[in-house]
Amino acid sequence: MSVTIPASDHSPLVRSRVVSDHAVPTGREEEWRFTPLARLQGLHTATLSLDGGIDVATRVEGGFHAEHVGGDDARVGKTFVPTDIVAAQAIAASDGVTVLSLPKESTGTAHVVITGRALPAAHHIVIEFGPFSDGTVLLEHRGSAVFAGTVELRVGDGAKAKVASYQAWDRNAVHVGTHAAQLGRDATLQMGHVTLGGDVVRMNPTVSYAAPGGDAELLGLYFAEAGQHLEHRMFVDHDTPHCRSSVLYKGALQGDGAHTVWIGDVLVRANAIGTDTYEVNRNLVLSDGARADSVPNLELETGEIVGAGHASATGRFDDEQLFYLQARGIPEDVARLLVVRGFFADVLSRLGLADLTREVMKQVDERLGVDGGEGEQDDQVAS
Amino acid sequence: MSTLEIRNLHATVEAEGDPRAILRGVDLTVRGGETHAVMGPNGSGKSTLAYVIAGHPKYTVTEGSISLDGQDVLEMSVDERARAGLFLAMQYPVEVPGVSVSNFLRTSATAMRGEAPKLRLWVKEMKEAMAALQIDPGFAERSVNEGFSGGEKKRHEILQLELLKPKIAVLDETDSGLDVDALKVVAEGVNRFRADGTTGTLLITHYTRILRYIHPDFVHVFVDGRIVESGGPELANKLEEEGYEKFAKSGVDA
Ligand SMILES: Nc1ncnc2c1ncn2[C@@H]1O[C@H](COP(=O)(O)OP(=O)(O)OP(=O)(O)O)[C@@H](O)[C@H]1O
Ligand SMILES: [Mg+2]
Repeated sequence: MSVTIPASDHSPLVRSRVVSDHAVPTGREEEWRFTPLARLQGLHTATLSLDGGIDVATRVEGGFHAEHVGGDDARVGKTFVPTDIVAAQAIAASDGVTVLSLPKESTGTAHVVITGRALPAAHHIVIEFGPFSDGTVLLEHRGSAVFAGTVELRVGDGAKAKVASYQAWDRNAVHVGTHAAQLGRDATLQMGHVTLGGDVVRMNPTVSYAAPGGDAELLGLYFAEAGQHLEHRMFVDHDTPHCRSSVLYKGALQGDGAHTVWIGDVLVRANAIGTDTYEVNRNLVLSDGARADSVPNLELETGEIVGAGHASATGRFDDEQLFYLQARGIPEDVARLLVVRGFFADVLSRLGLADLTREVMKQVDERLGVDGGEGEQDDQVAS
Repeated sequence: MSTLEIRNLHATVEAEGDPRAILRGVDLTVRGGETHAVMGPNGSGKSTLAYVIAGHPKYTVTEGSISLDGQDVLEMSVDERARAGLFLAMQYPVEVPGVSVSNFLRTSATAMRGEAPKLRLWVKEMKEAMAALQIDPGFAERSVNEGFSGGEKKRHEILQLELLKPKIAVLDETDSGLDVDALKVVAEGVNRFRADGTTGTLLITHYTRILRYIHPDFVHVFVDGRIVESGGPELANKLEEEGYEKFAKSGVDA
């Protein structure tokens, strides 16, 4: 059975695990109007066979457990109900679900590498942080695929979780994903999305709160080159009193037809008194012919909050910054590289994942056609 | 020894769609070993002169020339000018978020010297230069100029001057916003730069205060986009006593 919720309520219309409960998007829907459906290779029409097109390699350290379970496991779909046809296909994928769990009061890290085999594929991952646990999960997407991916994330009471998803796909991949987090009492989540690869990538991070005191930080970084469509639409549902959310997404665009979309939906429901929320999106347009759409969307149903705000800015290189660097002998291309690296530095230093930072900076260097020349210098990032 | 030669320099800036003349025939020669003070009232075009020497894209040179040791500076890009040996300490240094001071300085030193300085030696060199200017070592990891106080920005400019060792330095109001102690520290830095006797300094200032610590060989009065009077250090004393009014008039009359 599907449940219909009023459209004014920012929740999507249909919540169901049954694929056929979901309509095939036409592109006229608010949720899909930015997405180039024709380039999804049929992922949104539920006509593809999504069996077995990927490899999932999991490495765990410390207290983390990794399991492979069937879709009927009680932990699957416990806090996540698909709200679109692609997510419904992912959770229904026949080749099982990856479950990562960190027992209460333990620490650990998990590293999951999803590698496409140039086939349509789907996968669902459940990540559970037990009460007062402290852990990090890094999820990487590589190779090529037409991929429906979902992550169901639960952060237990008092737990401290960091979950980063890195979209390092080959240039021709398609990825539509929903990463849905629920935070327990006084839980802290840092959720990162770093998207560099793919032809069309559409990520949908969502956050909700099961109890007061939750604190979610959503960090994002994307860099679209010619022809790439990279879309991030987050939804933070403040449905519980005294919770915090802070969103920082930064994007760079370069080349003809590079297109990025950032939608920041934050809903503070009437009961969510004491909410503190702030969302920021910044885009740096490095060339003509690129387009950044940025839509912050903050809806307040109560005024009894600590704070709420949003900021969005899209700009080009700052001539004064380039002049200053060049006036110190730094050639223009290196100066541009420094500015772009600097632009991304705060997101990366907040995420605090050294390997990811290095890889992103290397990609940035390559895309700007400059050898960052790190050599013996360590990859320092100002904070 | 180097020579910076500025001849009949005219420059405009685009203001509300129209070019506006700011520099109206500047003549000035700065030789290695010399220190020139350029003094003038607010808005007279001192910073514009500094920016035009450095090659800021906002300004258009409409007439005249600038050369460094016979090389045409106006033909060079901003970074080429710096590598040729020109340095500008800015009145309002620019913030570059996310770029650490140490990364910036090393990238700059690499560009200026043509090869990356050896890390170990570089760290030592940077530490010593920072200590001499009483800059907290923690600044190395902060973003360039971001959240720096006015005085910290100026010290950071002089730190670059000392590390990059240009042939000719243009210092635009490096004294403004400094208390007496900071002024002394900064002046000592400039004097260390001048000490080898081959470098030229063009010191732009509004006040005579800094000239007590950095002794100029020549003083120029700059009004309405050009030099209206030149003299020795005694000219600065005259300005201190009489102000710019007299010159402002002569500037307009001329
Ligand atoms: N980018 C610009 N656009 C418009 N006008 C400008 C611009 N830059 C400078 N000007 C104008 O040119 C004139 C000279 O400015 P400049 O900054 O060179 O003066 P200054 O002598 O350095 O002044 P101060 O003592 O205040 O530093 C001023 O009238 C200023 O408003
Ligand atoms: Mg000035």
